[in-house]
Amino acid sequence: MSGSFIILALVTLIGAIGAMNFGRLVYCALSLVAAFVGLAGLYLQLSAQFLGFVQVLVYVGAVAILIVFALLLTQNANSDKQNVGSRSWAAGAGVALGVFLVLGKAIIGSSFSGRAAIDSAPPTVKNIGHELMTTYVIPLEAMALLLTAALIGAVVIAQRAGRKEGRQ
Amino acid sequence: MESLELFPNNLKQWLLETVHSLGVSTEWLPIVSCVLTISPILLVFPALFALTTVFERKGLGRIQNRYGPNRVGPCGFFQFAADGIKSLTKEDVVPDAADKLLHFLAPVVLAVPAVLMFSVIPFGKHLVPIEIEAGLLFFFAVGGVAELAIFMAGWGSRNKYSLLGAMRAIAQMISYEVPLILAAVVVVMISGTLNPVEIAGQQVGDSVVAVFSWNIFSPWGALAGVLFFIAMLAEANRSPFDLPEGESELVAGYFTEYSGFKFALFFMAEYLGLFAAMGMGITLFLGGWGAPLNAAQLPVQSLVVGTLSGMGLVGIGGFYWLRRQERFAVTLFAGLGAMLAFQPWIPTWVWFLAKLLLGIFFVIWIRGTMPRIRMDQLMNFAWKFMLPLALLNILLVGVINPGDAPFAIGLVQWLFTISVILGAWYFLGQQVAGGEAPKARRYRYAE
Repeated sequence: MSGSFIILALVTLIGAIGAMNFGRLVYCALSLVAAFVGLAGLYLQLSAQFLGFVQVLVYVGAVAILIVFALLLTQNANSDKQNVGSRSWAAGAGVALGVFLVLGKAIIGSSFSGRAAIDSAPPTVKNIGHELMTTYVIPLEAMALLLTAALIGAVVIAQRAGRKEGRQ
Repeated sequence: MESLELFPNNLKQWLLETVHSLGVSTEWLPIVSCVLTISPILLVFPALFALTTVFERKGLGRIQNRYGPNRVGPCGFFQFAADGIKSLTKEDVVPDAADKLLHFLAPVVLAVPAVLMFSVIPFGKHLVPIEIEAGLLFFFAVGGVAELAIFMAGWGSRNKYSLLGAMRAIAQMISYEVPLILAAVVVVMISGTLNPVEIAGQQVGDSVVAVFSWNIFSPWGALAGVLFFIAMLAEANRSPFDLPEGESELVAGYFTEYSGFKFALFFMAEYLGLFAAMGMGITLFLGGWGAPLNAAQLPVQSLVVGTLSGMGLVGIGGFYWLRRQERFAVTLFAGLGAMLAFQPWIPTWVWFLAKLLLGIFFVIWIRGTMPRIRMDQLMNFAWKFMLPLALLNILLVGVINPGDAPFAIGLVQWLFTISVILGAWYFLGQQVAGGEAPKARRYRYAE
């Protein structure tokens, strides 16, 4: 455990905790961003350069903006005190613990748990691109189709709303 | 020749050795080395920002037929110092209702990515702060953080005009980020790497005229370069896309509630972002640190002839200047450029700086020339004109797969792409500007 790992882990954890516990929704969103940045740093520390930068590009640059816009367009985004804790928090904690245990057991029991270092090709951009275009080309195409469908759907919804306003 | 080229590197080495001999232990040397790498960025580019503000105001003054700043120092040259001291000593007003934390954090969060963006740009052949394999991705990833800072500023001010201005600015930045990145993708496809150092290195070329191997010297590269430049102007909130700063008609926007040095920080972050984006544009399209001529390959006679003709142009420029004729600047700078281009000993980082200054001049010129466009025109232009063109460009590059093709095939490729691009340009332009195009005016009484 190096010093940089401890710092990054703390940033991620504190950001994630803040995202759950702040009373003000905008603070929650921004501390979620801190968690994203910490995660990106952790990826970089694991020498997964591409993944780390994409994490910043997608999550900090796009998803965070999306969350923030959604908050602004909903009501009560500015109110200070909101009911953070739910009444059924005990059940929620139990479910969370259960999920954590299952995931933890699966990770510890998997084949890559005790492995020290990556012995295959280094995760350079070139290798990732090559793999995406050869081995994983069908998942890639499926993702592209999904994203295109989402894009067209968004345009259709936006268009319909605009037309209605125009008529009234 | 090499000593000039390596001067910054040698200076850093010498400083490191000096620090070491002063008794700093070896464990601390990497940190000292980092500081020595970072500090030139933190010195040079804010200084360039200060100079640019003066030149911009003088240049705009010239374009608008007025003097511009002319009180502080010779020809108003030290205006930036006065401005800096003023903003440092000004009262820092924080609105009562503002979210103090976010209001304070926003300018900081905005300035950090603006500086970080410089870290992957190759300023010279041996002058790269950090060489990252996915450097281009890093550049765009870090640049995207600025949007969050703008939101923090707008929301933290608790002012509805600030918030509206922030929304407007974020919408603009998100919209133009798409064509910006797609334009860069074309260069990635041509050069096959995301590493800015390699992209710049590939554009040096073998021929004497290095311009021919720059990425902009092809139809697809030129289109990508133009798209990149326009999107870069919009990303940096520069005229004609400077809606976020329209004080007089749009209440400026997200930094309305900032004063004193925080406002100066916004101002500086914007210019630093512009310089960084322009530096990346130079790296991607304009040959990076490469000189326009590979002067080392030329025989000595042509070097002498080229230098002398450049000096002649400078002389003519001086003559025009004495006669108080306006064309002196063009001849003077053309002559200086010709003189520089025929010197093989000019270090590569000087070329990078020269290109950057030329780009800054171009941006100021545009600001003095173009009117500000409206919000709906801004959005239409990004989504209905630039995005389709950028996608078409990617498709073209993917289909024709430019490379070391024989001359005839290359010519066919060029003609084909030029016709497709021009056709698409015209068609899309008609589509976007259709309702906006000024119709022939009919005067009822004046005719």
